Amino acid sequence: MIVADRKSLDEILAMVEGDKKILLVGCKGCVTVCNTGGLKEVEILASSMKIARKKAGKEIDIDTHVLERQCDREYVEQISETVNDYDAVISMACGVGPQFLSEAYKEQKFYPAVNTTFFGGATEHGVWEERCAGCGTCGIHNFGGLCPIARCAKSLLHGPCGGSSNGNCEINKDTECIWDSIVRKKMEQGQLEDLLGVKGAKSWKTARDGGPRRSIREELVQGNI
Amino acid sequence: MTELKSGSNLEKVLAAGHFAFTGECGPPKGANVEHLKEKLSHLKGNVDAVNMTDNQTAVVRMSSIAGSALMIEEGLEPNFQMVCRDRNRLAMMSDILGAYALGIRNMLCLSGDHQTFGNHPDAKNVHDIDSMQLIAMVKKMRDEGKFLNDEDIDVPPKMFIGAAANPFADPYEYRVYRLANKIEAGADFIQTQCIFNMEKFRDFMKKTVDMGLHEKCYILAGVTPMKNAGMANFMSKFVPGMDIPDSLIKRLKGVDKKDQAEEGIKFALEQVEEFKEMEGVAGVHMMAIEWEHMVPEIAKRANVLPRPVV
Ligand code: SF4
Ligand code: SF4
Repeated sequence: MIVADRKSLDEILAMVEGDKKILLVGCKGCVTVCNTGGLKEVEILASSMKIARKKAGKEIDIDTHVLERQCDREYVEQISETVNDYDAVISMACGVGPQFLSEAYKEQKFYPAVNTTFFGGATEHGVWEERCAGCGTCGIHNFGGLCPIARCAKSLLHGPCGGSSNGNCEINKDTECIWDSIVRKKMEQGQLEDLLGVKGAKSWKTARDGGPRRSIREELVQGNI
Repeated sequence: MTELKSGSNLEKVLAAGHFAFTGECGPPKGANVEHLKEKLSHLKGNVDAVNMTDNQTAVVRMSSIAGSALMIEEGLEPNFQMVCRDRNRLAMMSDILGAYALGIRNMLCLSGDHQTFGNHPDAKNVHDIDSMQLIAMVKKMRDEGKFLNDEDIDVPPKMFIGAAANPFADPYEYRVYRLANKIEAGADFIQTQCIFNMEKFRDFMKKTVDMGLHEKCYILAGVTPMKNAGMANFMSKFVPGMDIPDSLIKRLKGVDKKDQAEEGIKFALEQVEEFKEMEGVAGVHMMAIEWEHMVPEIAKRANVLPRPVV
Protein backbone atom coordinates (compact mmCIF):
# COMPACT_ATOMS: atom_id res chain seq x y z
CA MET A 1 0.00 0.00 0.00
CA ILE A 2 0.90 3.66 -0.09
CA VAL A 3 2.24 4.86 3.23
CA ALA A 4 1.95 8.44 4.45
CA ASP A 5 2.69 10.46 7.57
CA ARG A 6 0.53 13.28 8.79
CA LYS A 7 1.98 16.77 8.67
CA SER A 8 2.33 18.60 11.97
CA LEU A 9 -0.66 20.48 13.29
CA ASP A 10 1.24 23.76 13.03
CA GLU A 11 2.00 23.20 9.39
CA ILE A 12 -1.61 22.36 8.61
CA LEU A 13 -2.92 25.35 10.56
CA ALA A 14 -0.48 27.63 8.75
CA MET A 15 -1.70 26.42 5.35
CA VAL A 16 -5.30 27.42 6.04
CA GLU A 17 -4.58 30.38 8.29
CA GLY A 18 -6.98 32.79 6.67
CA ASP A 19 -9.78 30.28 6.11
CA LYS A 20 -12.76 29.92 8.42
CA LYS A 21 -15.02 27.31 6.93
CA ILE A 22 -13.03 24.19 6.26
CA LEU A 23 -13.82 20.72 4.97
CA LEU A 24 -11.56 17.88 6.04
CA VAL A 25 -11.71 14.92 3.67
CA GLY A 26 -10.35 11.50 4.63
CA CYS A 27 -9.96 8.34 2.58
CA LYS A 28 -10.85 4.73 3.34
CA GLY A 29 -7.97 3.37 1.25
CA CYS A 30 -4.28 3.05 2.14
CA VAL A 31 -4.23 5.99 4.57
CA THR A 32 -6.87 4.26 6.65
CA VAL A 33 -4.75 1.11 6.79
CA CYS A 34 -1.64 3.04 7.81
CA ASN A 35 -3.63 5.05 10.37
CA THR A 36 -2.95 8.42 8.82
CA GLY A 37 -6.07 9.69 7.09
CA GLY A 38 -9.04 7.46 7.86
CA LEU A 39 -12.19 8.22 9.84
CA LYS A 40 -10.43 8.23 13.17
CA GLU A 41 -7.55 10.46 12.10
CA VAL A 42 -9.92 12.87 10.37
CA GLU A 43 -11.85 13.36 13.61
CA ILE A 44 -8.66 13.75 15.64
CA LEU A 45 -7.30 16.40 13.30
CA ALA A 46 -10.63 18.25 13.21
CA SER A 47 -10.84 18.48 16.99
CA SER A 48 -7.14 19.42 17.32
CA MET A 49 -7.65 22.24 14.84
CA LYS A 50 -10.74 23.45 16.68
CA ILE A 51 -8.90 23.49 20.01
CA ALA A 52 -5.89 25.27 18.53
CA ARG A 53 -8.00 27.90 16.82
CA LYS A 54 -10.05 28.45 19.94
CA LYS A 55 -6.89 28.93 21.97
CA ALA A 56 -5.67 31.47 19.47
CA GLY A 57 -9.02 33.22 19.65
CA LYS A 58 -9.76 32.53 16.00
CA GLU A 59 -12.97 31.31 14.48
CA ILE A 60 -13.24 27.95 12.73
CA ASP A 61 -16.02 25.86 11.33
CA ILE A 62 -14.89 22.37 10.33
CA ASP A 63 -16.89 19.66 8.65
CA THR A 64 -15.52 16.19 8.00
CA HIS A 65 -16.17 13.64 5.30
CA VAL A 66 -14.47 10.34 4.54
CA LEU A 67 -14.59 9.09 0.98
CA GLU A 68 -14.37 5.48 -0.04
CA ARG A 69 -11.32 6.40 -2.12
CA GLN A 70 -10.04 9.76 -3.24
CA CYS A 71 -8.21 8.24 -6.19
CA ASP A 72 -11.46 7.38 -7.92
CA ARG A 73 -13.59 9.96 -9.76
CA GLU A 74 -16.76 8.10 -8.94
CA TYR A 75 -16.23 8.66 -5.20
CA VAL A 76 -14.78 12.13 -5.58
CA GLU A 77 -18.10 13.17 -7.18
CA GLN A 78 -19.90 12.45 -3.93
CA ILE A 79 -18.90 15.81 -2.47
CA SER A 80 -19.86 17.83 -5.56
CA GLU A 81 -22.86 19.51 -3.96
CA THR A 82 -21.07 20.87 -0.91
CA VAL A 83 -17.42 21.24 -1.85
CA ASN A 84 -17.70 24.88 -2.92
CA ASP A 85 -19.41 25.93 0.31
CA TYR A 86 -16.02 25.95 2.05
CA ASP A 87 -13.16 28.44 2.16
CA ALA A 88 -10.70 25.58 1.88
CA VAL A 89 -10.59 21.80 1.75
CA ILE A 90 -7.91 19.70 3.44
CA SER A 91 -7.30 16.22 2.10
CA MET A 92 -5.94 13.50 4.33
CA ALA A 93 -5.40 11.06 1.46
CA CYS A 94 -2.05 10.32 -0.17
CA GLY A 95 -0.81 12.79 -2.78
CA VAL A 96 -3.17 11.30 -5.34
CA GLY A 97 -6.30 12.36 -3.42
CA PRO A 98 -5.90 16.14 -3.39
CA GLN A 99 -4.95 16.01 -7.07
CA PHE A 100 -8.08 14.11 -8.06
CA LEU A 101 -10.04 16.64 -6.01
CA SER A 102 -8.24 19.61 -7.59
CA GLU A 103 -8.91 18.22 -11.05
CA ALA A 104 -12.60 17.67 -10.31
CA TYR A 105 -13.28 20.99 -8.58
CA LYS A 106 -11.32 23.73 -10.25
CA GLU A 107 -12.82 26.54 -8.13
CA GLN A 108 -11.78 25.10 -4.81
CA LYS A 109 -8.41 25.08 -3.04
CA PHE A 110 -7.19 21.74 -1.68
CA TYR A 111 -4.39 21.32 0.85
CA PRO A 112 -2.47 18.13 1.61
CA ALA A 113 -2.52 17.20 5.29
CA VAL A 114 -0.15 14.27 4.86
CA ASN A 115 3.30 13.63 3.43
CA THR A 116 3.15 10.65 1.11
CA THR A 117 6.28 8.62 1.66
CA PHE A 118 6.49 5.17 0.07
CA PHE A 119 5.02 1.87 -1.08
CA GLY A 120 5.37 -0.55 1.77
CA GLY A 121 3.74 -2.39 4.59
CA ALA A 122 3.65 -2.77 8.35
CA THR A 123 6.48 -4.89 9.75
CA GLU A 124 5.19 -4.60 13.30
CA HIS A 125 2.40 -2.73 15.02
CA GLY A 126 2.97 0.93 14.30
CA VAL A 127 5.98 0.46 12.03
CA TRP A 128 5.85 0.67 8.23
CA GLU A 129 8.72 0.04 5.88
CA GLU A 130 9.42 0.74 2.24
CA ARG A 131 9.45 -2.20 -0.15
CA CYS A 132 9.00 -0.91 -3.69
CA ALA A 133 10.03 2.19 -5.63
CA GLY A 134 7.70 1.57 -8.55
CA CYS A 135 10.52 1.22 -11.07
CA GLY A 136 8.14 -0.30 -13.61
CA THR A 137 10.26 -3.37 -14.38
CA CYS A 138 10.19 -5.73 -11.44
CA GLY A 139 13.18 -8.03 -11.05
CA ILE A 140 13.14 -8.99 -7.39
CA HIS A 141 13.35 -12.69 -8.25
CA ASN A 142 16.97 -11.98 -9.22
CA PHE A 143 17.72 -10.80 -5.70
CA GLY A 144 16.24 -13.44 -3.48
CA GLY A 145 12.86 -11.70 -3.56
CA LEU A 146 14.25 -8.53 -1.96
CA CYS A 147 14.29 -5.23 -3.84
CA PRO A 148 17.64 -3.42 -3.97
CA ILE A 149 16.17 -0.56 -6.02
CA ALA A 150 13.88 0.53 -3.22
CA ARG A 151 15.78 -0.79 -0.24
CA CYS A 152 19.47 -0.12 -0.91
CA ALA A 153 20.33 3.53 -0.27
CA LYS A 154 22.27 3.55 -3.55
CA SER A 155 19.95 1.25 -5.53
CA LEU A 156 22.92 -0.98 -6.29
CA LEU A 157 22.40 -3.98 -8.54
CA HIS A 158 25.75 -5.39 -7.41
CA GLY A 159 26.07 -4.95 -3.69
CA PRO A 160 26.85 -4.71 -0.90
CA CYS A 161 28.98 -1.60 -1.05
CA GLY A 162 32.01 -1.03 1.15
CA GLY A 163 29.94 0.69 3.83
CA SER A 164 27.87 -2.34 4.81
CA SER A 165 28.52 -3.20 8.43
CA ASN A 166 26.91 -5.81 10.71
CA GLY A 167 23.84 -5.97 8.51
CA ASN A 168 23.36 -2.21 8.62
CA CYS A 169 23.52 0.32 5.86
CA GLU A 170 26.23 2.96 5.93
CA ILE A 171 23.66 5.75 6.13
CA ASN A 172 22.75 4.84 9.72
CA LYS A 173 22.62 1.96 12.15
CA ASP A 174 18.83 1.78 12.12
CA THR A 175 18.67 1.03 8.43
CA GLU A 176 19.03 -2.53 7.24
CA CYS A 177 21.59 -3.18 4.50
CA ILE A 178 19.34 -5.07 2.14
CA TRP A 179 22.36 -6.35 0.25
CA ASP A 180 23.59 -8.05 3.38
CA SER A 181 20.26 -9.89 3.52
CA ILE A 182 20.30 -10.70 -0.19
CA VAL A 183 23.81 -12.14 -0.02
CA ARG A 184 23.17 -14.14 3.13
CA LYS A 185 19.98 -15.60 1.73
CA LYS A 186 21.68 -16.61 -1.49
CA MET A 187 24.60 -18.13 0.43
CA GLU A 188 22.26 -20.14 2.64
CA GLN A 189 20.43 -21.40 -0.40
CA GLY A 190 23.71 -22.25 -2.13
CA GLN A 191 22.74 -19.97 -5.02
CA LEU A 192 25.53 -17.44 -4.83
CA GLU A 193 26.20 -17.78 -8.54
CA ASP A 194 22.92 -15.94 -9.17
CA LEU A 195 24.57 -12.79 -7.87
CA LEU A 196 27.83 -13.14 -9.75
CA GLY A 197 28.40 -11.79 -13.23
CA VAL A 198 27.64 -8.29 -14.38
CA LYS A 199 24.06 -7.25 -14.96
CA GLY A 200 23.50 -4.81 -17.80
CA ALA A 201 22.62 -1.23 -17.00
CA LYS A 202 19.00 -1.00 -15.93
CA SER A 203 16.53 0.78 -18.14
CA TRP A 204 14.89 3.53 -16.11
CA LYS A 205 12.51 4.29 -18.95
CA THR A 206 9.70 2.50 -17.14
CA ALA A 207 10.44 4.37 -13.91
CA ARG A 208 9.66 8.04 -13.21
CA ASP A 209 12.71 8.95 -15.29
CA GLY A 210 10.77 8.08 -18.45
CA GLY A 211 8.22 10.77 -17.64
CA PRO A 212 4.78 10.49 -16.01
CA ARG A 213 3.43 7.01 -16.48
CA ARG A 214 0.13 5.77 -17.70
CA SER A 215 -1.33 2.32 -17.73
CA ILE A 216 -3.81 1.50 -20.45
CA ARG A 217 -5.86 -1.69 -20.30
CA GLU A 218 -7.36 -1.90 -23.79
CA GLU A 219 -10.02 -4.46 -22.91
CA LEU A 220 -11.34 -2.19 -20.18
CA VAL A 221 -11.17 0.94 -22.31
CA GLN A 222 -13.23 -0.81 -24.99
CA GLY A 223 -15.72 -1.94 -22.39
CA ASN A 224 -15.30 -5.62 -23.14
CA ILE A 225 -14.83 -6.48 -19.47
CA MET B 1 55.69 -7.50 -21.99
CA THR B 2 52.06 -8.01 -22.96
CA GLU B 3 50.41 -5.23 -24.87
CA LEU B 4 49.50 -2.31 -22.65
CA LYS B 5 45.87 -1.34 -22.29
CA SER B 6 46.36 2.30 -21.55
CA GLY B 7 50.09 2.92 -21.47
CA SER B 8 49.78 4.79 -18.18
CA ASN B 9 52.81 5.00 -15.95
CA LEU B 10 51.03 3.00 -13.28
CA GLU B 11 50.22 0.24 -15.75
CA LYS B 12 53.80 0.17 -16.99
CA VAL B 13 55.24 0.01 -13.47
CA LEU B 14 52.95 -2.88 -12.57
CA ALA B 15 53.43 -4.70 -15.87
CA ALA B 16 57.19 -4.52 -15.42
CA GLY B 17 56.79 -6.30 -12.09
CA HIS B 18 57.70 -3.40 -9.83
CA PHE B 19 56.06 -2.96 -6.45
CA ALA B 20 53.75 -0.01 -7.09
CA PHE B 21 53.40 2.93 -4.74
CA THR B 22 50.45 5.27 -5.31
CA GLY B 23 49.32 8.33 -3.41
CA GLU B 24 46.14 10.28 -2.90
CA CYS B 25 45.13 13.92 -2.98
CA GLY B 26 41.81 15.62 -2.35
CA PRO B 27 41.08 18.61 -4.58
CA PRO B 28 40.59 21.94 -2.79
CA LYS B 29 37.27 23.12 -1.36
CA GLY B 30 37.35 25.96 -3.81
CA ALA B 31 39.28 26.94 -6.87
CA ASN B 32 42.56 27.31 -4.99
CA VAL B 33 44.97 25.99 -7.56
CA GLU B 34 48.02 27.10 -5.58
CA HIS B 35 46.96 24.98 -2.62
CA LEU B 36 46.49 21.97 -4.85
CA LYS B 37 49.90 22.49 -6.43
CA GLU B 38 51.48 22.78 -3.03
CA LYS B 39 49.97 19.45 -1.94
CA LEU B 40 51.03 17.79 -5.17
CA SER B 41 54.59 19.03 -4.86
CA HIS B 42 55.10 16.64 -1.93
CA LEU B 43 53.95 13.68 -3.96
CA LYS B 44 55.97 14.36 -7.08
CA GLY B 45 58.65 11.73 -7.66
CA ASN B 46 57.57 9.76 -4.60
CA VAL B 47 54.63 7.86 -6.07
CA ASP B 48 53.69 6.28 -9.41
CA ALA B 49 50.26 7.87 -9.64
CA VAL B 50 48.03 9.99 -7.43
CA ASN B 51 44.32 9.38 -6.86
CA MET B 52 42.30 12.53 -7.36
CA THR B 53 39.19 12.06 -5.26
CA ASP B 54 35.69 12.81 -6.53
CA ASN B 55 33.71 14.80 -3.94
CA GLN B 56 34.94 12.35 -1.31
CA THR B 57 32.67 11.77 1.68
CA ALA B 58 30.07 13.63 -0.38
CA VAL B 59 31.65 17.01 0.32
CA VAL B 60 31.77 19.38 -2.66
CA ARG B 61 35.23 20.06 -3.95
CA MET B 62 36.87 21.03 -7.22
CA SER B 63 35.99 18.37 -9.80
CA SER B 64 38.29 15.38 -9.94
CA ILE B 65 38.64 15.82 -13.68
CA ALA B 66 39.94 19.40 -13.29
CA GLY B 67 42.15 18.33 -10.39
CA SER B 68 43.56 15.52 -12.52
CA ALA B 69 44.23 17.84 -15.45
CA LEU B 70 46.05 20.30 -13.15
CA MET B 71 48.05 17.38 -11.82
CA ILE B 72 49.24 16.50 -15.31
CA GLU B 73 50.41 20.09 -15.74
CA GLU B 74 52.45 19.62 -12.58
CA GLY B 75 54.11 16.55 -14.04
CA LEU B 76 52.36 13.86 -11.99
CA GLU B 77 50.14 11.04 -13.17
CA PRO B 78 46.54 11.12 -11.96
CA ASN B 79 44.29 8.27 -11.05
CA PHE B 80 40.97 9.95 -11.79
CA GLN B 81 38.23 8.86 -9.39
CA MET B 82 34.61 8.72 -10.47
CA VAL B 83 31.63 7.97 -8.26
CA CYS B 84 28.18 6.83 -9.34
CA ARG B 85 26.43 9.14 -6.90
CA ASP B 86 26.67 12.38 -8.84
CA ARG B 87 26.39 11.49 -12.51
CA ASN B 88 24.12 9.52 -14.80
CA ARG B 89 25.49 7.40 -17.65
CA LEU B 90 25.52 10.33 -20.08
CA ALA B 91 27.59 12.54 -17.79
CA MET B 92 29.88 9.63 -16.95
CA MET B 93 30.67 8.72 -20.52
CA SER B 94 31.18 12.32 -21.52
CA ASP B 95 33.50 12.91 -18.55
CA ILE B 96 35.46 9.75 -19.39
CA LEU B 97 35.98 11.04 -22.92
CA GLY B 98 36.90 14.46 -21.56
CA ALA B 99 39.30 12.96 -19.05
CA TYR B 100 41.03 10.95 -21.74
CA ALA B 101 41.24 13.98 -24.01
CA LEU B 102 42.99 15.85 -21.18
CA GLY B 103 45.60 13.11 -20.93
CA ILE B 104 44.16 11.09 -18.05
CA ARG B 105 44.97 7.39 -18.38
CA ASN B 106 43.95 5.77 -15.07
CA MET B 107 40.55 5.84 -13.48
CA LEU B 108 39.04 4.41 -10.33
CA CYS B 109 35.38 3.40 -10.46
CA LEU B 110 33.45 3.82 -7.20
CA SER B 111 29.89 3.81 -5.87
CA GLY B 112 30.56 6.87 -3.72
CA ASP B 113 29.71 7.62 -0.11
CA HIS B 114 26.05 8.37 0.47
CA GLN B 115 25.25 12.09 0.36
CA THR B 116 23.95 12.05 3.95
CA PHE B 117 27.61 12.01 5.06
CA GLY B 118 28.49 15.16 3.24
CA ASN B 119 27.75 18.85 3.27
CA HIS B 120 24.72 18.71 0.97
CA PRO B 121 22.62 15.99 2.58
CA ASP B 122 19.48 17.31 0.86
CA ALA B 123 20.87 16.47 -2.57
CA LYS B 124 19.24 13.94 -4.88
CA ASN B 125 21.55 11.06 -5.68
CA VAL B 126 21.85 9.49 -9.09
CA HIS B 127 23.05 5.86 -9.05
CA ASP B 128 21.90 5.33 -12.62
CA ILE B 129 24.52 2.58 -12.86
CA ASP B 130 26.59 1.10 -10.05
CA SER B 131 30.35 0.72 -9.70
CA MET B 132 30.31 -2.78 -11.22
CA GLN B 133 28.49 -1.48 -14.29
CA LEU B 134 30.78 1.55 -14.45
CA ILE B 135 33.81 -0.74 -14.63
CA ALA B 136 32.15 -2.74 -17.42
CA MET B 137 31.21 0.46 -19.23
CA VAL B 138 34.76 1.85 -19.19
CA LYS B 139 36.02 -1.50 -20.46
CA LYS B 140 33.47 -1.54 -23.24
CA MET B 141 34.41 2.01 -24.24
CA ARG B 142 38.09 1.06 -24.26
CA ASP B 143 38.07 -2.44 -25.75
CA GLU B 144 35.07 -2.31 -28.08
CA GLY B 145 35.21 1.38 -28.81
CA LYS B 146 31.51 1.64 -28.12
CA PHE B 147 29.19 3.65 -25.93
CA LEU B 148 26.79 1.85 -23.65
CA ASN B 149 24.16 2.01 -26.39
CA ASP B 150 26.57 0.29 -28.84
CA GLU B 151 27.21 3.39 -30.93
CA ASP B 152 30.81 3.74 -32.10
CA ILE B 153 33.17 6.10 -30.31
CA ASP B 154 35.37 8.31 -32.45
CA VAL B 155 38.71 7.71 -30.68
CA PRO B 156 37.93 5.50 -27.70
CA PRO B 157 39.34 6.35 -24.28
CA LYS B 158 42.08 3.89 -23.31
CA MET B 159 41.90 3.80 -19.55
CA PHE B 160 43.70 1.63 -17.05
CA ILE B 161 40.68 0.57 -15.03
CA GLY B 162 40.73 0.57 -11.26
CA ALA B 163 38.22 -0.48 -8.66
CA ALA B 164 38.02 -0.51 -4.90
CA ALA B 165 37.69 -3.46 -2.55
CA ASN B 166 36.87 -3.32 1.13
CA PRO B 167 37.71 -6.62 2.82
CA PHE B 168 36.46 -5.17 6.11
CA ALA B 169 32.88 -4.53 5.12
CA ASP B 170 30.22 -7.19 5.65
CA PRO B 171 29.38 -9.89 4.91
CA TYR B 172 33.05 -10.85 4.97
CA GLU B 173 32.52 -14.22 3.28
CA TYR B 174 31.18 -12.43 0.23
CA ARG B 175 33.96 -9.87 -0.17
CA VAL B 176 36.28 -12.07 -2.20
CA TYR B 177 33.44 -12.92 -4.59
CA ARG B 178 32.68 -9.26 -5.00
CA LEU B 179 36.34 -8.72 -5.82
CA ALA B 180 36.16 -11.53 -8.38
CA ASN B 181 33.08 -9.90 -9.84
CA LYS B 182 34.85 -6.57 -10.27
CA ILE B 183 37.74 -8.28 -12.00
CA GLU B 184 35.33 -10.08 -14.28
CA ALA B 185 33.66 -6.76 -15.03
CA GLY B 186 37.02 -5.43 -16.22
CA ALA B 187 39.06 -4.07 -13.33
CA ASP B 188 42.78 -4.06 -14.17
CA PHE B 189 43.84 -2.98 -10.71
CA ILE B 190 42.33 -2.80 -7.26
CA GLN B 191 43.02 -0.38 -4.46
CA THR B 192 41.77 -1.66 -1.13
CA GLN B 193 40.18 0.28 1.68
CA CYS B 194 42.67 1.34 4.37
CA ILE B 195 43.94 -1.75 6.11
CA PHE B 196 44.47 -1.80 9.86
CA ASN B 197 43.35 -5.30 10.75
CA MET B 198 46.29 -7.23 9.31
CA GLU B 199 45.07 -10.61 10.46
CA LYS B 200 41.84 -10.25 8.53
CA PHE B 201 43.66 -8.91 5.49
CA ARG B 202 46.07 -11.86 5.47
CA ASP B 203 43.09 -14.17 5.40
CA PHE B 204 41.43 -12.14 2.65
CA MET B 205 44.57 -12.27 0.51
CA LYS B 206 44.88 -15.99 1.05
CA LYS B 207 41.35 -16.44 -0.28
CA THR B 208 42.15 -14.09 -3.14
CA VAL B 209 45.26 -16.04 -4.07
CA ASP B 210 43.45 -19.38 -3.71
CA MET B 211 40.96 -18.18 -6.30
CA GLY B 212 43.80 -17.01 -8.54
CA LEU B 213 42.46 -13.46 -8.62
CA HIS B 214 45.90 -11.90 -8.12
CA GLU B 215 46.90 -13.30 -11.50
CA LYS B 216 44.08 -11.50 -13.26
CA CYS B 217 44.46 -8.14 -11.62
CA TYR B 218 46.98 -6.03 -9.68
CA ILE B 219 46.04 -5.60 -6.05
CA LEU B 220 47.30 -2.55 -4.20
CA ALA B 221 46.98 -2.63 -0.43
CA GLY B 222 45.55 0.54 1.13
CA VAL B 223 47.56 2.14 3.91
CA THR B 224 46.70 5.22 5.96
CA PRO B 225 49.19 6.36 8.58
CA MET B 226 47.40 7.41 11.78
CA LYS B 227 48.24 10.88 13.01
CA ASN B 228 47.21 10.13 16.58
CA ALA B 229 45.03 7.90 18.74
CA GLY B 230 42.14 10.35 18.37
CA MET B 231 42.08 9.86 14.62
CA ALA B 232 42.05 6.08 15.09
CA ASN B 233 39.18 6.37 17.53
CA PHE B 234 37.22 8.65 15.24
CA MET B 235 37.68 6.45 12.19
CA SER B 236 36.75 3.38 14.14
CA LYS B 237 33.52 4.95 15.37
CA PHE B 238 32.37 7.13 12.50
CA VAL B 239 33.74 5.89 9.20
CA PRO B 240 31.60 3.06 7.86
CA GLY B 241 33.37 -0.09 6.79
CA MET B 242 36.54 0.65 8.83
CA ASP B 243 38.04 -2.07 10.95
CA ILE B 244 40.52 -0.68 13.45
CA PRO B 245 41.68 -3.23 16.01
CA ASP B 246 41.80 -2.14 19.64
CA SER B 247 45.43 -3.25 19.71
CA LEU B 248 46.34 -0.44 17.29
CA ILE B 249 44.44 2.18 19.29
CA LYS B 250 46.17 0.88 22.42
CA ARG B 251 49.56 1.01 20.74
CA LEU B 252 49.03 4.66 19.76
CA LYS B 253 47.72 5.56 23.20
CA GLY B 254 50.69 3.79 24.73
CA VAL B 255 53.10 6.51 23.64
CA ASP B 256 53.27 10.20 24.49
CA LYS B 257 50.85 12.40 22.54
CA LYS B 258 53.71 14.06 20.69
CA ASP B 259 55.07 10.69 19.62
CA GLN B 260 51.78 9.26 18.38
CA ALA B 261 52.30 10.45 14.81
CA GLU B 262 55.68 8.70 14.70
CA GLU B 263 54.08 5.55 16.10
CA GLY B 264 51.37 5.75 13.41
CA ILE B 265 54.01 6.04 10.72
CA LYS B 266 55.97 3.13 12.20
CA PHE B 267 52.86 0.93 12.02
CA ALA B 268 52.30 1.99 8.42
CA LEU B 269 55.93 1.18 7.55
CA GLU B 270 55.64 -2.25 9.14
CA GLN B 271 52.57 -2.82 7.02
CA VAL B 272 54.38 -1.80 3.83
CA GLU B 273 57.22 -4.20 4.64
CA GLU B 274 54.76 -7.04 5.09
CA PHE B 275 52.87 -6.17 1.90
CA LYS B 276 56.11 -6.29 -0.08
CA GLU B 277 56.37 -9.96 0.82
CA MET B 278 52.68 -10.87 0.81
CA GLU B 279 51.61 -13.13 -2.02
CA GLY B 280 49.17 -11.44 -4.35
CA VAL B 281 49.93 -7.86 -3.31
CA ALA B 282 51.34 -5.84 -6.21
CA GLY B 283 51.83 -2.55 -4.43
CA VAL B 284 50.67 -0.09 -1.81
CA HIS B 285 48.18 2.73 -2.08
CA MET B 286 49.31 5.31 0.49
CA MET B 287 46.45 7.50 1.64
CA ALA B 288 48.11 10.11 3.82
CA ILE B 289 44.93 12.11 4.35
CA GLU B 290 45.73 15.82 4.57
CA TRP B 291 49.26 14.75 5.36
CA GLU B 292 50.74 14.95 1.89
CA HIS B 293 53.90 16.65 3.17
CA MET B 294 54.77 13.47 5.08
CA VAL B 295 54.75 11.32 1.95
CA PRO B 296 58.40 12.00 0.97
CA GLU B 297 59.57 10.83 4.38
CA ILE B 298 57.22 7.85 4.42
CA ALA B 299 58.29 6.79 0.93
CA LYS B 300 61.94 7.13 1.86
CA ARG B 301 61.63 5.16 5.08
CA ALA B 302 59.51 2.53 3.28
CA ASN B 303 62.43 2.03 0.88
CA VAL B 304 60.32 2.52 -2.20
CA LEU B 305 62.48 5.27 -3.66
CA PRO B 306 63.47 6.08 -6.27
CA ARG B 307 60.30 5.26 -8.16
CA PRO B 308 60.99 3.19 -11.27
CA VAL B 309 61.12 5.02 -14.58
CA VAL B 310 59.55 2.77 -17.22
S1 SF4 C 1 12.21 -4.07 -8.75
FE1 SF4 C 1 11.02 -2.20 -9.18
S2 SF4 C 1 8.88 -2.85 -9.23
FE2 SF4 C 1 10.06 -4.53 -8.23
S3 SF4 C 1 9.89 -4.11 -6.04
FE3 SF4 C 1 11.77 -3.10 -6.77
S4 SF4 C 1 11.16 -1.01 -7.32
FE4 SF4 C 1 9.31 -2.22 -7.11
S1 SF4 D 1 25.32 -0.40 2.99
FE1 SF4 D 1 24.02 -1.86 1.91
S2 SF4 D 1 22.00 -0.86 1.68
FE2 SF4 D 1 23.48 0.70 2.28
S3 SF4 D 1 24.14 1.61 0.33
FE3 SF4 D 1 25.63 -0.02 0.82
S4 SF4 D 1 24.83 -1.86 -0.17
FE4 SF4 D 1 23.17 -0.36 -0.15
